[in-house]
Amino acid sequence: MAGAAALYVHAAPRHYEDNPATRETPWIKWIIVGISLAFFALFLLLPLTVVFSEGLRKGWAAYFAALIDDDALSAIQLTLIAAAIAVPLNLVFGVAASWSIAKFDFRGKQVLTTLIDLPFSVSPVVSGLIYVLMFGAQGWFGPWLQAHDIKIIFAIPGIVLATIFVTFPFVARELIPLMQAQGKEEEEAAIVLGANGWQTFWHVTLPNIKWGLIYGVVLCNARAMGEFGAVSVVSGHIRGYTNTMPLHIEILYNEYKLSAAFAVASLLAMLALVTLVIKTWVEWNMTRQTSHGSVQDLPAVLSTRGAASGDK
Amino acid sequence: MSISVKNINKRFGDFVALDNVTLDFPGGELVALLGPSGCGKTTLLRIIAGLELADSGTVLLEGEDASSTHVRERQVGFVFQHYALFRHMTVFDNVAFGLRVKPRSQRPNEAVIRKKVHDLLALVQLDWLADRFPSQLSGGQRQRIALARALAVEPRVLLLDEPFGALDAQVRKELRRWLRRLHDELHITSIFVTHDQEEALEVADRVVLMNKGHVEQIGTPDEVYDAPATPFVYGFLGAVNLFHGRVDGEHVTLAGHAHRHDERLSNGAQVIAFARPHELDIVLDAPNVEGIAATVIRILNFGATSRIELAGDADSGAPAYVEVETSRVRVRELSLAEGSRVRLVPSQLKVFEQSPAATEGAAL
Repeated sequence: MAGAAALYVHAAPRHYEDNPATRETPWIKWIIVGISLAFFALFLLLPLTVVFSEGLRKGWAAYFAALIDDDALSAIQLTLIAAAIAVPLNLVFGVAASWSIAKFDFRGKQVLTTLIDLPFSVSPVVSGLIYVLMFGAQGWFGPWLQAHDIKIIFAIPGIVLATIFVTFPFVARELIPLMQAQGKEEEEAAIVLGANGWQTFWHVTLPNIKWGLIYGVVLCNARAMGEFGAVSVVSGHIRGYTNTMPLHIEILYNEYKLSAAFAVASLLAMLALVTLVIKTWVEWNMTRQTSHGSVQDLPAVLSTRGAASGDK
Repeated sequence: MSISVKNINKRFGDFVALDNVTLDFPGGELVALLGPSGCGKTTLLRIIAGLELADSGTVLLEGEDASSTHVRERQVGFVFQHYALFRHMTVFDNVAFGLRVKPRSQRPNEAVIRKKVHDLLALVQLDWLADRFPSQLSGGQRQRIALARALAVEPRVLLLDEPFGALDAQVRKELRRWLRRLHDELHITSIFVTHDQEEALEVADRVVLMNKGHVEQIGTPDEVYDAPATPFVYGFLGAVNLFHGRVDGEHVTLAGHAHRHDERLSNGAQVIAFARPHELDIVLDAPNVEGIAATVIRILNFGATSRIELAGDADSGAPAYVEVETSRVRVRELSLAEGSRVRLVPSQLKVFEQSPAATEGAAL
């Protein structure tokens, strides 16, 4: 999924095709359209159909058997748990961070803004290793954790931590430019009118950032469920215990259980499709909201940074 | 309610926004804070509202120190330059907001709110827009809704930050008159910030002129226009011509022209003198005619009046550009044309003894 998505489309000429002064010759148009379509079919559509057709190669019975296999179920469960913890935490963190960056001035603001991007710029394998070095048996806190019989690495907490780390910029990245563009005037107006902090947030700020927030959460969730690299390092691949869906798929694939691997993979692919549908719907709502007239209220063109998708 | 500010200082980094400002705003008046951009007027307004914190000094609302009062308890109405309407709420919900966020014990019931909002919308003559969203309104309508929203909580004072700054000239003029009428109806103590001298002189009961964080002059529109206290005020309020000269006994010598003065000026002092375009008479140049020598460059006609642009004679020390306003009849009488040699005789001059600080602020 992903790539860059311009959420706020400014009054670009929509139908410059209709205008003879801007129209290109037909063959140029068809070549460009043709290249994009061929590329799309070869590299995106074909693999997607392969996932489903391979998954169903041995029939529906085998497909469902692969999904209700104990190890598969536990992998699905673990993936859902990790996402259910990571997404709400990053939602809260993202709103708090973007709120403080956009509405307050404080020392170290620039540093915070930069640090939020860290998980995007660090390889997921490195992110995983950081946690191993901190909490692993030979890590900084390893002896202490062992003495207290707390297991983080090669256990569920490690997977959750790695997932949080990797998905942590999505919500904040979405909201910071949006909130900065909206400024603080509406909040000031609310406070002068007697609203307290919570009322201001709930009635003024939140409705203004609603679509950006949903967008960020959707991307965050997709990445949380699809994350492979960081989770792979901290998980230890203990079947039925610390395997998430992407890890489970890898194991099945390495054991040449191709149709089972593709059956589970098709679940992830469906998740991606659902994400795309929600994402499109949110984008449609956001453009509708802006073209609804508030063009002069929202001066900046916000082109949201596409979420570099999981490495699976 | 009366407002006073005492010894207010505010800096933004190295920039001094307000330098020891002390002002009184008596209750019930509509006062304009007028000055060029960066003079500190908006900062002062935001300090009064509580949206900005002064580095030192006090704000007294009705004699009470408001420094520790939270913005939401100061009971001020604030109107923003860019309206700051809640974009996701209808006009009705915008105006009702201040009533709905009151603590439960003070909150009126929904029927009372409904009536009050409709009354306010009727007051700003936009009752028919109650169900629209801000983005569907024109700039002038948005600003009137913003005003209705500010009035909904029955503020003790109304603060307006360049309320007409973002509107086009026609709408601005209309809203100015409307604001004046509204104030005459409500008599709520109001302060509005503007950089438009015409707006300040037309709307306000009193004008506070500010420059570089200082108060230059306070007075009624007539007072500040007719008797500017400083060269800055003279230069800021309308078009002026600036002459350099010297005090010569009872006369001030300007570009070879001696003008009688009756002000207390020390003999031999360097002075600057101001004359508004309509305070200069044009006479045709001839031997023995007194006046500042100049040449007509251009004549522009506006209805019954003409604006004449002239170049002063450089040899005599006259300014390179002089503007004169006179009647079109007079232009015809003198048969003025481009290139005519004339003399300018000031019917009135405002003379300031020159100090480096005094000339600096004078804008032309």
